[in-house]
Amino acid sequence: MTFRQIAVPCLAIVIFLALWEALVWVMGWPNYKMASPSDLVPAYERYWSLFLTMGWQTLWRTVVGLLIAVIFGTALGMVMGFSRTMRDALYPLLVGFNAIPKATVVPIVALMFVGMHDFNTVLIAFMISFFPIAVSVSIGLSTLEPEYRDILRSLGASQSTIFWKIALPKTLPEFFGALKVAVTLAFIGTNLMEIVSPHGRGLGALFDSGKTNSDYPLMFAVLIALAFLGIVLYYVVVALEKVFAGWAERPQG
Amino acid sequence: MTNLIEIRGVRHAYKTARGPLPVLDGLELSVPEGGFVAVVGPSGCGKSTLTKLVAGLLKPDEGEVWLHGEKVKSPRSTVGMAFQNPVMLEWRTILKNVMLPLEIVPTKLSRKQQEERARYLLALVGLEGFEDKRPSELSGGMRQRASLCRALVHSPEVLILDEPFGALDAFTREDLWQIMHQVKEKEPFTGVLITHDLRESIYLADQVVVLSGRPARTRFTLDTGITGARDIEHLYTPQAAEMLATLRHQIEIAQGRAPAEVAPA
Repeated sequence: MTFRQIAVPCLAIVIFLALWEALVWVMGWPNYKMASPSDLVPAYERYWSLFLTMGWQTLWRTVVGLLIAVIFGTALGMVMGFSRTMRDALYPLLVGFNAIPKATVVPIVALMFVGMHDFNTVLIAFMISFFPIAVSVSIGLSTLEPEYRDILRSLGASQSTIFWKIALPKTLPEFFGALKVAVTLAFIGTNLMEIVSPHGRGLGALFDSGKTNSDYPLMFAVLIALAFLGIVLYYVVVALEKVFAGWAERPQG
Repeated sequence: MTNLIEIRGVRHAYKTARGPLPVLDGLELSVPEGGFVAVVGPSGCGKSTLTKLVAGLLKPDEGEVWLHGEKVKSPRSTVGMAFQNPVMLEWRTILKNVMLPLEIVPTKLSRKQQEERARYLLALVGLEGFEDKRPSELSGGMRQRASLCRALVHSPEVLILDEPFGALDAFTREDLWQIMHQVKEKEPFTGVLITHDLRESIYLADQVVVLSGRPARTRFTLDTGITGARDIEHLYTPQAAEMLATLRHQIEIAQGRAPAEVAPA
């Protein structure tokens, strides 16, 4: 990473915060209408230990949900990518499942597994984020040009050799593209559970308590903390992508 | 058996939603060891199906394909293939791309010898110094040359070329024609070339086979009268012009655009 690659996005964030501050100041909004960045600093100062523990709760549950989504989504994508019948059979089910708003699933899940808050949160994060992964893996595998298969098949390679040597690496760029979408979705899933069915855990619960106590700067502070976690996790995925699918990036010329 | 490739009375049809679609109907083809046959014919007449049969990727509905006195029933490692699409694995370097077949075909070569062989072939086609580049850094012609090296790295008896130069510009194509001759002198193989380019067929091959329109059967065979390497000037001789005219006429008949009763020259 060059200095430029770090400086440019940081500068963009500073400009965004300055514009936000200026907007609130110019419009003369009170903080219950729209908190400004300068209102957030006291909120972080006052509740920093809560932010740390609850931020961690949100983060680990999101990451676990995401990991399960990666494993399940990849497996499902492989099944649909290799078998036409399975693709025809599963696509409508999958699309239907994805079309159900997850906010409506939260109370069902909360009733189903009463008291298992960690499990429920991970479950919602997983349910909301596996879809793009499954779709991208299945498309990546099913659109593999026949010549790639023929090159190896004509040498007597087995199906599993073709998968490991060609299909899997060739699908990695699509997979990482989907993973970037899935990261943000998983955060939405975690917070849905934390806000709609609060158990006093996670940043969602902190947001909820801000709402109950009319502490508007706290609510905004939670949103910004969530955005921060989202950015961190996104760049973790970008780093993994560089390692495993860096070849797909064309040199800029 | 004297012919390395022997195709006898091959019939093949693809299953489609609207019933079987016959593509090959009584195809006959023989290529002697070390020979180089070009197959030309109207678009969609089943030329690529022919390559799949020789490679053992498809089983004919009827008839037989023999390679080196053995009936072809499944893919065999004594075949090398190159397509119009060079199908490079973008995540590998050129060298690793060329070495791919050696990871699948059983080989006696040590890891070091494998690498030496790949480097030797790359140098042969003029890609020395590009071993560690990624395919995306190479031009179309260079990728096609690398794909040729990959098709040859396991020293196959048969090299199947399915319109390998089809997507290249005219100058690059002529370059590659000459490289083909150079490679064949150093790395002898029995070649089957599928092409749309009649000039290419008479410049590269000893024998040009014209297929009829779908379902394809062998309609005409032309002996170019030359084996092995030849100068590009060869294309500008009166004999070459005459061969091209004959082939063109035969293709027109195959397409149904000229009456068949005119006896071939």
